Amino acid sequence: MILFYWIALMIVSFSFAGLLFRLVKGPTVADRVVALDAIGVTLVSIVALLSLIIETEFFLEVILLMSILSFIGTAAFAKFLERGEIFDRDPR
Amino acid sequence: MRNSWREGRFSIEILVDILIILLIGTGVLFSAVTALGLIRLPDVYTRTHAASKSSTLGVLSILLGTFVHFWFNEGIFNTQMVIAIAFLFITQPVAGHLIGRAAYMTGIKVAEETVRDDMGPAIEKRKNNQQEELENE
Repeated sequence: MILFYWIALMIVSFSFAGLLFRLVKGPTVADRVVALDAIGVTLVSIVALLSLIIETEFFLEVILLMSILSFIGTAAFAKFLERGEIFDRDPR
Repeated sequence: MRNSWREGRFSIEILVDILIILLIGTGVLFSAVTALGLIRLPDVYTRTHAASKSSTLGVLSILLGTFVHFWFNEGIFNTQMVIAIAFLFITQPVAGHLIGRAAYMTGIKVAEETVRDDMGPAIEKRKNNQQEELENE
């Protein structure tokens, strides 16, 4: 069972490397934001698999925190791309 | 092994292990498909599609597998995992939609293979409506 977890962690880490490739190469800013969003989600699954491997439940709080931070970062990036600023008082 | 099957003690553990393997295997498969889609697809919008859909299901399956493992094998019912699963299930498609909309508004071109584009005419129509309202006022 532990071998299965290790193999799963390896495959997820390889997909993480592929997302890093898109983050570095991406032609536009939106490509990089998409890659960052996917990297946050993949990092969540890496933490879950790591907590399965070293058999501790203390990492599970990290999962909720990182999913929330990833969503907030993506929303802020999207708004910055669309309007050029994050905090504005202009109701549109 | 056979005695433990008859006692019914090991069998539930084996069933739970099979469930965990199925869930985590699905999640790992979808994570790999996400990376493949982000590397291979031609423009931002198709990449958003790959990232939001398949990575949502992938991380959802992996988190469900972890949750089931900690519930049945360790006896820990972690409510933060449930909240994280629900939160990711709600917010990840929304994030994909936000990025796609921001990319279209900043004027990133669609790929050459695209067959039709509904967003451009919709934006034109909305702009015309707003101008008419201003003129009427």
